[in-house]
Amino acid sequence: MPRVWKFGDAINTDDILPGKYAPFMVGEDKFHTYAFAHLRPDFASNYQPGDILVCGKNTGLGSSREYAPEALRKLGLQAIIAKSYARIFYRNLVNLGIMPFEAPEVVEVLQDGDEVELDFERGLLRRGAETFQLRPPPAFLLEALKEGSILEYYRKYGRFPGEGLEG
Amino acid sequence: MGLTLAEKILSRRAGRPVEAGELVVVEVDQVMVVDSIAGSFFKRLEQLGAAPRFPEKIAIVIDHVAPAANVEVAKAQQEIRAWGNRYGCRVFDVGRGICHQVLVEEGLALPGGIVLGSDSHSTTYGGIGCFGSGMGATDIALAAASGRTWLRVPETVKVTFRGQLAPGVTAKDAALEMIRVLTADGATYMSIEIHLIDGAEALSRSQRLTLANLTVEAGAKCGLVVPSGEILELYEVPDWLYPDPDAVYAKEVEIDLSRLTPRVSVPFYVDNVEEVAKVKGKKVDQVFVGTCTNGRLDDLHQVAEVLKGRKVAPGVRMLVIPASSQVLEAATRDGTLLTILQAGATLGTPGCGPCMGRHQGVLAPGEVCVSTSNRNFRGRMGAADAEIYLASPRVAAASAVAGYITTPEELEVSHA
Repeated sequence: MPRVWKFGDAINTDDILPGKYAPFMVGEDKFHTYAFAHLRPDFASNYQPGDILVCGKNTGLGSSREYAPEALRKLGLQAIIAKSYARIFYRNLVNLGIMPFEAPEVVEVLQDGDEVELDFERGLLRRGAETFQLRPPPAFLLEALKEGSILEYYRKYGRFPGEGLEG
Repeated sequence: MGLTLAEKILSRRAGRPVEAGELVVVEVDQVMVVDSIAGSFFKRLEQLGAAPRFPEKIAIVIDHVAPAANVEVAKAQQEIRAWGNRYGCRVFDVGRGICHQVLVEEGLALPGGIVLGSDSHSTTYGGIGCFGSGMGATDIALAAASGRTWLRVPETVKVTFRGQLAPGVTAKDAALEMIRVLTADGATYMSIEIHLIDGAEALSRSQRLTLANLTVEAGAKCGLVVPSGEILELYEVPDWLYPDPDAVYAKEVEIDLSRLTPRVSVPFYVDNVEEVAKVKGKKVDQVFVGTCTNGRLDDLHQVAEVLKGRKVAPGVRMLVIPASSQVLEAATRDGTLLTILQAGATLGTPGCGPCMGRHQGVLAPGEVCVSTSNRNFRGRMGAADAEIYLASPRVAAASAVAGYITTPEELEVSHA
């Protein structure tokens, strides 16, 4: 069963993937193995696809490096639950097809190592007998995520979600 | 209802009045790509099956690891040059300088324009009244393919700097004070609109770029300095480029420059800002002057002024990296570099240098660095426990001479 990896507030992109391990420094095939290399060296080797990241406030502040969340996606990350997100990181998550849930009250309750199940479509998180309802991202972004990512959306429709529809 | 500066720029571009909270898709003037994400950028364009829609609106800058530090990087940069040739996009090669400085020098970022950069410090363009915002590789590739981007019109935090900087206090100190007051997520998703009044209008373009550069450290989408002073002399500023007097702000903050003291940002968070006096005496192993925050000619002048007739302390390494080839040339011509070199500092190739811990001054475990850069996160410049103190060029230079964190004024007393 997927487990929770819990982190604190202000996890920055240098924590998630230190700059010296960028793909163009160490190779496209290796960079993800350095995820959280400084902060939590046991992370990359023990993370199982589907495991959930749970973070505090201002998650992902710092650099615009998309390869930080890309390293997590490469390891199999599909969703993050956080109290709040930094702007560029949030866009990068959506663009990579990683679901960014914002749920401060759920973050408080979850513990590192908890075994959980997440129903992405409905935003339902289960821990044993408990169920938590997560608020989905804005409709604009969900529309893009339905196609897999905003990249897929643009390739298919040749426009951004909602573009040309505004008054 | 009146509009903020961000609302003005986005309304102009959207062709209709837009307010905070609305989603807009707008054309962009320039898409800036840096070497470290160019590979991902190319890959995303391939996934899209797209070529750059307006090649002249794309600039790739080789600055994050320049010159190449290993074969992987050399291969990536080789690909950039070939790609730029194939599509006819501008490539600024090794030594030209840091992306944001280069785009300003080349006139590719202009007041009232919109520039997207694959670097979070793209807020820097706001120093000249240009809507600059950082994004990741996918957004940047979409902008290159379409010529457009989607944005949520941001709410705005109004920051007013009042008065003249006291002697010995710099725009960097003002910027750090702004981040202390706002905190690291105090302007998330928002625009920071900087008003300079009661003497603060005298701040130069370089100083304004420093202020706008740091706005992203409060989480901002963009940081726009209301054009005045030198900006009106250097540019043809559009007559609509000002915030309306009845614009609506989410938050308002005022900072009195005349009462400000030198600041330092203490590891491991940028908003952990103290007076230099609080950490005075902290032993230093390396001093780094440079970056998109503080690597311009006036910054080097301040460093030279402090170093003149003095020596860098034994056991301290002082690295000076001009922000661009133009800065390097000007500092060579006016003798600034000679003063800096005679003091025992050493020079690096114009570019980002060791700011993100990839080369040219990586820190060993336990080492302490005073840096004029913009981030002091854990492990950013090397070993996980190395410490980065962010400060102004003056404080950096004084600390290099003393061997511990201090100000030039304290140096006068102790080294008289």
